[in-house]
Order: sequence, then structure tokens, then C-alpha cells
Amino acid sequence: MPQVFNRGANGLARMSLVILGLVVTSLALTLNELQRSPYVTKQGERLEQPVPFSHQHHVAGLGLDCRYCHTSVENSSFAGIPPTKTCMNCHSEIWTNADILEPVRASYRNNTPIWWTKLHDLPDYVYFNHEIHVNKGIGCASCHGPVDEMPLTYAHASLQMEWCLDCHRNPAKNIRPRGDPIYNIGWKGPNGEHPVYCEDGTGNCSLTGPYDQLTGQKMKNAREFVDQMSMGKYLVAQYHVRPPNEIQSCETCHR
Amino acid sequence: MENHPENLVQIKPSTASSKPKLTLAEARERLSSATGKRYWRSLEELVDEPGFEELLENEFPAGAIEYQNSGVSRRNFLKLMGGSMALAGLTACTRQPDEPIVPYVRQPEDLIPGIPKFFATTMPFPTGAMPLVVRSNEFRPTKIEGNPQHPVSHGATDVFAQASLLDLYDPDRSQNSSYRGEPRNWSDFHAAVDQYKVKAAASGGAGLRFLTETVISPTLAWQIQTVLKKFPSAKWYQWDPVNRGPARAASQTLFGQYAEPLYKFDAANVVLSMDSEFLSGAQFPGFVRYSHDFVARRKLANDQPMNRLYVVESFHTTTGALADNRLPMRASDIPAFAAALLSMLGGGGSGSQGFTDEQQKFLQALAKDLKANAGASIVVPGEQQSAELHVLAAQINQALGNIGKTVVYTDPYELVPSDQDAGMRELIADMKAGKVDMLAIVEGNPVFNAPVDLDFEGSLDKVGASVHLSSYRNETTRAAQWHLHGTHYLETWSDARAYDGTCSLVQPLIAPLYGGHSAHELIALFSDTPEMTPYEAVTTYWRQNGKASGDFDANFRKWLHDDIIPNTTSATRTPSPRGGAPAIKPLDKNAIEVVFRPDPSIYDGRYANNAWLQECPKPVIRLEWDNAAMMSLNTAANHGFNQEDIIQITVDGRTLEAPVMVVYGMPDNSITLHLGYGREFAGRVGNGYGFNAYGIRGSKSPIVATAEKLDKTEDTYKLAIVQNFTLIDAKASDPNTQSRSVQGSEALRRDIIRVASLDEYKKDPHFAHGELYNEDPGYEQTLYPNYDYSRGYQWGMAVDMNSCVGCNACVIACQAENNSPVVGKEQVKIGRDMKWLRIDAYFTGDLHNPRAFFQPMFCQHCENAPCEPVCPVGATTHSPEGLNVMVYNRCVGTRYCLNNCPYKVRRFNFMLFADYETPSLKPMRNPDVTVRSRGVMEKCTYCVQRINAARIQAEVEEVQMQQSDPNAKRVIKDGEVLTACQQACPTEALVFGNVNDPNSKVTKIKTQPRNYGVLSDINTRPRTTYIANVVNPNMEIGDRTGAPGKSYINPAGAES
Repeated sequence: MPQVFNRGANGLARMSLVILGLVVTSLALTLNELQRSPYVTKQGERLEQPVPFSHQHHVAGLGLDCRYCHTSVENSSFAGIPPTKTCMNCHSEIWTNADILEPVRASYRNNTPIWWTKLHDLPDYVYFNHEIHVNKGIGCASCHGPVDEMPLTYAHASLQMEWCLDCHRNPAKNIRPRGDPIYNIGWKGPNGEHPVYCEDGTGNCSLTGPYDQLTGQKMKNAREFVDQMSMGKYLVAQYHVRPPNEIQSCETCHR
Repeated sequence: MENHPENLVQIKPSTASSKPKLTLAEARERLSSATGKRYWRSLEELVDEPGFEELLENEFPAGAIEYQNSGVSRRNFLKLMGGSMALAGLTACTRQPDEPIVPYVRQPEDLIPGIPKFFATTMPFPTGAMPLVVRSNEFRPTKIEGNPQHPVSHGATDVFAQASLLDLYDPDRSQNSSYRGEPRNWSDFHAAVDQYKVKAAASGGAGLRFLTETVISPTLAWQIQTVLKKFPSAKWYQWDPVNRGPARAASQTLFGQYAEPLYKFDAANVVLSMDSEFLSGAQFPGFVRYSHDFVARRKLANDQPMNRLYVVESFHTTTGALADNRLPMRASDIPAFAAALLSMLGGGGSGSQGFTDEQQKFLQALAKDLKANAGASIVVPGEQQSAELHVLAAQINQALGNIGKTVVYTDPYELVPSDQDAGMRELIADMKAGKVDMLAIVEGNPVFNAPVDLDFEGSLDKVGASVHLSSYRNETTRAAQWHLHGTHYLETWSDARAYDGTCSLVQPLIAPLYGGHSAHELIALFSDTPEMTPYEAVTTYWRQNGKASGDFDANFRKWLHDDIIPNTTSATRTPSPRGGAPAIKPLDKNAIEVVFRPDPSIYDGRYANNAWLQECPKPVIRLEWDNAAMMSLNTAANHGFNQEDIIQITVDGRTLEAPVMVVYGMPDNSITLHLGYGREFAGRVGNGYGFNAYGIRGSKSPIVATAEKLDKTEDTYKLAIVQNFTLIDAKASDPNTQSRSVQGSEALRRDIIRVASLDEYKKDPHFAHGELYNEDPGYEQTLYPNYDYSRGYQWGMAVDMNSCVGCNACVIACQAENNSPVVGKEQVKIGRDMKWLRIDAYFTGDLHNPRAFFQPMFCQHCENAPCEPVCPVGATTHSPEGLNVMVYNRCVGTRYCLNNCPYKVRRFNFMLFADYETPSLKPMRNPDVTVRSRGVMEKCTYCVQRINAARIQAEVEEVQMQQSDPNAKRVIKDGEVLTACQQACPTEALVFGNVNDPNSKVTKIKTQPRNYGVLSDINTRPRTTYIANVVNPNMEIGDRTGAPGKSYINPAGAES
């Protein structure tokens, strides 16, 4: 009986094994990339909204503080989406006839709420809390990105768990002095030109010089920081941020 | 299984049931040879039935893991679906759908979204109001707690208050009004009443009748009386099927007026309960306060001596289970017992002839003890007992000099006390005579629960116009012409009196969900002010009757805030009992009595559609979803009945079919039937469960009837008794034990329940440890390095076994706080109950009068948790603060953790038990806890959401404090985190806190020598520990272990 397979078949068999390996590997890599891709996370996607609200205009252009609209960010898990009334505080006076604001006026007139589309939509089993983050020195921009440069708002971060853990494992990367830097979207952190001065022992910091922000007196033991990491490590200790093993324990966010 | 009515789930018969079934007669036979003291949970365990061993090994009965409702087994199903399941896994990579976010148009000024608010309000209940604080998330009531500032509540609640939240959101609530089935609205009814008023004015309302439940709202009583002044010939009746009739009749006999006895249990050294349930639940007026006061004398924590509880009862209630000396006795014999006791105490009454030796001994020892504690004892008659017993109890208290000291009399809390049984007879007679042209039934369900021989439903046809205001469409709704949909107490303004007369305001937390109307509005329609709102009614009444000086509006706000209207507590009366001991009609020894009791879960049937309560295991008997004809082992065996046989009980010519359930510790020749089951029009939850005991409850004998005959039928009925599920196996903990039978139970005794008598405890406070018990391995006895738990918060819990009264308040509180689903009777029967917290009942001693111990059992948060290393996906891990955490979204449902948990506290979502569909249930859920889906393991979290909330609050407050003082520290204070179970507990049996803080309450309790860990000898290092029982039996009578006078710690002698 003749050979069913000729000698060349061995090569084919080996080749097919290699190809199979490549296919499996590339499929795995593709899926891995796919589930991290903006297609899945909606990172950077400008979702359709009833009113084309521009954070760029209101924050960078007009200089509104984040807390003017997101009122409960300092004392609730939920930062707060402004009620129509907040919009109408100004827009009953200016741009009163603008077409794009008609849904806002209609809402106020008819007492029907505006249905926005959620951009930062965490899964239901994640319990994020704004209050503790802003009080422990995490600025808005660390998660929400440069909203002052967003004519149409989008999610700056992937909001995937690895992104959360990235900071929970090393909060020094993002922590800022409490007060204005938290809500200052454009703040770039300390550097050689703009150092941050912090009073040792009290955690009071100043961006303008070694002077107490409230009293104007010279700080007793001022420390000057010119880079984020050294300031971050100092602030993590000052602000009693819990150690990474505690804040990356599951029950911190899931319950 | 074959007789399974719905046949929803196919269950392979277990080996236990494939063998010939154990008959009760056989069981009795086998037991007669058993000796020694053992702890057991059910008859099957006690007689070493082979099927029981199987239950020990497997948490779920055979077949429980099979897929539902088809011939396809789970294994085959997986084989078939393997391919598509693998592909389905990819759905995890799909995009999350867009979700809306909807802000207010004008946000309420005082609302911070995400921060719950708390409002004081009050739950009205026939046995008195329950003062509450209700959590409101974005103005949705989500959790009910007791009011810590109110002396009636002490911050605790009962099961009914906890579960009343579900009633508010019940999708079966009536959502519209109707007239003869046609939709109508309130204004239609308003017009009809206006017409009627014109017509009735001439006759003074001669045909007008109001039928309410027991009115405990001063405003409502005032409104009704105002209407009665306008229509002088109209009449008002009150009806509750479970009413205070006997107690009220007794006070009339004794004092010639209505009076309410209030008890001071904290001042009593000896308490005798005669068929009363003062430690069992809100069916006894003042339960929450009473159990708190009673248990204060059993904590052994202060200088006050431990009290002693004697119980004579006809059923096995939690009160009886807690008794130091207990005597089962037919309800009909208890008055004679009381009369004998009275004569021994020198207060007249009949002698003690006709009692057995055992009863004689009990009587004599009891009388001696009571005499020794004259003035510091209490005799409590049961609510479901005859007026004679109430009279005798008062006379005994008088003879002992207790009145004025431990028993005080006040005015009753009902605004207008009345003889409700007589009232109902009168009303129905009028109805039958055609004298009634307008009957307004304000809440309640008389068609279902009025005495059956009076035929309320038939009489309703002869009424001109019948109106039923109710928040449910029930049996009465279907018989009445008008149906008006009512409100829940969280939706309306009202007021209510607690058992001691203290008035509190009922404040609405939410607008009526379906636009219903309350009793206040219905009564107002008949008055001269038909448009008066409940708020106006309440303020008008209190403006006139409030006993506080100053500005009314300011006062009213304060009353709302405090949940108390000052100076409203009933004044103490000092009536002197008159007359001699009442005559007692003895019941023939061989006659079988039928005792009707309110159900511990659904009360008189009003909570039949409340799934939380239906699925709450009744204390001691651990039955869910049904009632049964409960009787002693002897009674069942003598009649040849077996467990779950359907029997016919004939009373006064009426017959009820009900399944037999054997209850240990019941007297022979006595049957207890719980009321409220067998509803036909309760709703989707309550319809068709159980057997309607009202069907044989006539007006002649509403409390204790005599069964003419008992007949066995061929049918059986499967009861959902959870006693045999989640058994803790003790064999593993005892390496010397070779078999699981007697020795196994011995191990059970050593580890799970540890108990001593008071004398033994005084001699050796460390009795819960020592050579008798398997001691915990040393901390360093481990191959692995120990985790350092010495820093920061370390959460732990202590459960005082002496304090637990087994009332189930914690069980429902846990369910409400943690969004636990209900699974239904079919699933309960196969052990798929989803409650995170259960109260295990262990029995010991003589089967005919055993002692029961309650043990709340939930995740023990073991430091060496056996569940953690077996999880293949790391879904259950340990937090640095000692919590055993469960990550639902990592869980793939292998159930390895469940199999490896020695405490059997992990619950698995075999199916999609959580209701994601019903819109009205969504706002009820606690927004801080995940609603679990199918295929996910879950268990107690120590209410981690409350820990996290308290931590964030503490840390943010620290930030604020540091602005003035850089070194300020703010830690979570002791008592700042209360777990849901702890908060609901009336007796403070559960204490939670930071075990690293030497000054915390939990640490102080855990350092008591009685502290022990359940099964901790297998080195689990549980964070939940238990405080061993100390009992205080009168050794002259002997304890209930069947070994009088012997040691509690080691009754069998020097064995082991």
C-alpha cells in the first residue's frame, strides 16, 4: 500500500501547528485589546446629548467653578447633575432665545426633567464615592481629564478596574493639595517654575510661596516641592490616605 | 413528592424517602431506649435516621442542584449547551448600553443626592404603635428601624415593623377604587356619601355603621365620635380577629372598668408566664420593651441577680423555649392550674387535685419560689387565654403584692375599649335584620376573619350600601359594593398610641403611590368637614388636646422630631380587684382541644401577601409558607398520624383539613392552629398557602375550641420546614468520633451550644472552656505565617446566646437591608432559602418537653476562612479589616466555597431569584447593596456598606477638623456602625464593633469567660463569637434535660 502522505506532508503538519498557535495567540491578543479599546469602554466618545453643553465654554471661557453645578461633590458619593434651575439661573437672563437651549427652557416650563446620557457610567456593582476622593486630595481632572478643553464632553478615562487600581496602588501619582488645585482643571502639578510649598506637620500647602493661605504668615517649616511624586508621597502621608493594601481590597468599591 | 401539587421542580427522591418512611410510632419506640443528654435539631436526627446523615453531608437535599422543570439534568444541559455557553462568555466584551441620568428640574433644597435622610414616624398595629425611624433614599423609604429615643422601642423593632416596608411597595396593592367592579374615583364616592348624608339626616343615621379595626389613633377616634354626634343613631364597632377580649373582659370583672396591666420585667426576680408570648413577638402588646427589660436581667453583666422564668403553655413558643422551667399543659387546663396556684398562695381558688405528680411538683416549687419573691415577681396571662385566667393572674399578682410594684394598671391604649366579639354579633344581627343601609368597613378583612358561624359575608348582601377601604383587594373587597383603595402608614398622616398609651405622630415619607385615601379621609366624608385632610385632622385634634404650653406649630414640629407627644402616657390606676376566684369548667382529659393563635409570621392574615414574612421561618418550629395542625408526638402517634398527613379536624360541625406537624414540647391532646392562612384573595404571594383556621373558628369558642373528631385522610401535604437544612456537622471537629450517631451529637453538644446552670456558672465562670470542649488550636499552630490583624479597625461580632429570644426581627432586618430575595415555597423545600441570617434552634432533653436554644447563625468571618482557598477565581477574599468579602462579579458559581463552609452560611442563587422586573419593587431596594443575579454566591457581609459609609464620614470629618487642628484624629466611634441585625434586635443580643479597640462594647463582651467560637477548634478563628448560655432552673422541679438535678455542663458524668 502506497504512502498516503508524501514527505512534504510533514512540513505542512508542522506548519499548521505553528499557524494554529499563531491564530490562537493573535485571537487572544485581539480580544484582550478589544475589551480595553474605546469601542468597549466608550473612552473619548462624545455621546449624543439633548443639549450640546460645552464644558470648555463654561469652565475655561466663563471660569465657573465645578461646584457651581456639581454641588454635592464634597459631601456625597454623587457629585450631582445640576437641576434645570441651575441652568436657568443664568439662561433666564442671557441667551434667552437661543435655539439650542430650547430643551432647557421647555424643561423648566413644563417641569419635565432633561434626560442626559451618562458618560461616566460605572457598572452597577461598583460603588464610587466622590466625597472621599476630593477630600483626600484627588482633583477632578485626575479622572475627568481636561474638561475645560471639551466643547462636547467625553469620558477621559477608560474607567476600567485596572485604571482605578493604577491609582489605588499608588495614589501619590495623582494626589494634590486640598483646596483650589482640586477644582483647577488646568493645574499641572508642581514643577521647577511653579513649586508647591507645604507646611510640615500641618499639611497646609500654598502654590504662591511659603505663606499660609489663610493668615498670610510665613510657614514655620516650609517644604518646597518641584515634582509630583515627592509632593504626592508627602501628601499621602499628611492626608492619612490608607495604605494600598487597604484601598485595593475588594470591599472598598464592591459590596 | 408524588403528591406535589404544582410539580414545578422535579426532585429525585432522596434515599431517606425511598425507604419506608419513619412513622412517628416507630420513632417513639426507638427513642424510649435512648439515654443521655444530647442536642438535636429534629426527630430524624434524634433517632439517627439514615437520611439525616445524608443531609449533614450535603447542604442541599438530593436533587437540589438539578435544573428546573424538565427531564434534562444539569449535566446533560451543560453538555448540550457547552458550545453556545462558551460563545456566550464573549458577551462580557460587548458594550455596556447607554444609560440616562435625570436631574431634577428644581432640586428640593434639603436633598443631597446620595445621602439618605431619616424621618421619625410610627407604625400602627393592633397591639400598640411602634415608634420608628425610617431611612429615606431620595425620598424613597428603604429601611425601617426602631426609634432609639423612644422608650417603647429603644431603637429596636419587631418582624412586622421590619417587613411592613415590603407592604408599601407590594405590586398587589389595590391601585384604584371601584363600585361593583366598575372603576370609580374618590369624588364619585364623595358624591354618593353626600347623597346618603342628606337621606340619613332625618333618621339620625339609624342605618349607618362603621366597622374599624381596633382604633389606636386618637385623631381617628375623635373623628368617628364627631360623626356619631352628628348621627346619634349610627353605631361604631371595632373588630380584630385577634383581639384583647379576654383581657378586657377580665378587667371588667375585676375592676368594673377597662384597665391594662403593664409589667416591669426589670424589677422581677421570678416571672410566670401562663400561655403568654411576651418574648415571642408583637402579638403581645409591648413585646419590644418587655423583652428588652426581661433580658436585661439575664445578661449577667450587672449586679442585678438573674431572673427565673417559669412557663406553662399549650404550644412551644419562644417564650417557652427560654423558660428555665417549663410545663406543657393544655390551654384548657391552665386556668385550673392558676386556680390551684392561687389557693397555694392563700388567695382562694380551688385545690390542686387532679394534677399529675409532675404538675404537682411544678406547682409546689413554683408557689414556694413566688412566695419567696413576693412583690418582685410577675404572673403574665396569655393573650390567647380565657378571661378566667386573666382574672386569676391578677388575683395571684394581688396575693403576691405585685400590683403597684411589678404590675401596674393603666387605662387601655385603645381609645374606646370594647367587647369586640359581642360587637361583631350585634352588628351582624343588625345586618341580617336589614337595619343597616350603610356599612363602612375601614380596613381589616371581616369576610375572611369574622366568626364563621355568624356568616358575615352572607349578611353583607342584606346591607344597603357596603364600603370597604383597604390597601389590598381582599376577600372583603370582593363581597362589598364599594372598594376604596387605601394607604400604607408610610403614605399618610395619622397618630397612634403605644401599648403604654404614649402617643406618637405618623408622618408620611412618600405621597400615596397609587393616590389612595386613608381612614381619616373616609370618616371625614361623613362629617361636616368632608374635605378635611389627614394632616388637618391630626393638627386640629392635637391643637385642642395637646398638653403642652407654647406655640402649637413649634410644639408639633418637636413632637414630630421626637416621635413622642408629651404627657400622653396613660395615667396609672390603682384599682383593687374584687370578687372571688372564678369558676372553672374543666375539660375532659381525653378531649382534644384546638387552640387558635395569631401566626408569628403573618399575624391574623394581614401579612399573607408579604413574601418576607411568608418565608420567615416561624420561631422554634421553623416552618415557612404554611400553617399546620401542630400537635405533640404522642397525640399524633396515638391517632396513627404521621408528619404531613392531612387530617380533618371537626369543630362545632365544621371541618378543616390541615397537615399534621409534630412540635416537641406540646402537651398531649392539644392542637394549635395558626390563623391567617388559606387566603384566596391575598395576592400573588399569599393565595393558596396553608389552611384557613378561621373556617372552624366560631363565635362561641374563638380562642380554645374542642375538636369533636379527628380523621385521617389519604392525602399528604409537603411542608417547608427548614429545620433540617443547613445542619452543622460536628463530626469533623471531633477526631475521636468514629460514628456520627450518639457521639456525633455529643460533639455537637460540645461545640455549638455550651450551657451551664447559674450555680455552675458561679462556681466556674470559665465553664465554656476546658477539657470538656475541644479547645481552639494555638495562634502559632499553623504552617503559614499569620496575617497581622493588630492594626486599624478589626471588625467582629459577639452574640449573647442568653439574650436571643428568637423573634426573627434580625432575619427580616437583614433581608431588607441587603436586598435578599425570596425564593418561594418550592425552592425552600429543596433548601435554597436565600437569607443570610438564620436562627438555628437546637433542642435538648426530653422530647416531650425539650429545652430549645436559639443561635443566630450567619457568616462568621473566619480569619482562616475555609471558603477562601477553594475559590478558583478569587471571588471570596479577606479584607485587611478581617471581613470575609464576596465579590459577586468574580463569582462563576462553582459552589466550592459553599461546600467548604462548616457553618453552611453561604447562599447560592440557583436561579434568578432577585426580581429585576417588577417596577414597584425597584425603589424599595437599598441602593448601597448590589442586587445579585443568577449563579452568584452570597452571604453576610457584616453590612460592609454601613462600615464604608461610617468610614467615609469619619475621614471627611477628620479633614474638616484638621483645618483648625492639624493633629486632629477622628476614628469610627464605637456604636457608629450598627449592622442591620444588631439594630433590629430588641434585646441587644448582637453586638458589632472593632475588636482592636479595648474599650469597645464588643471587645468587652468577647473578653467574658463565656465567650466561645462555634467550631473554632478546627482553627477557623471566627470573628463572630458566642456567649455561652447560663440557665437558671429551679432544681426542685428539675431541668428539662430529663436528668433532674444533674449537671448542665456534663450531665452524663465524666464521659469524654
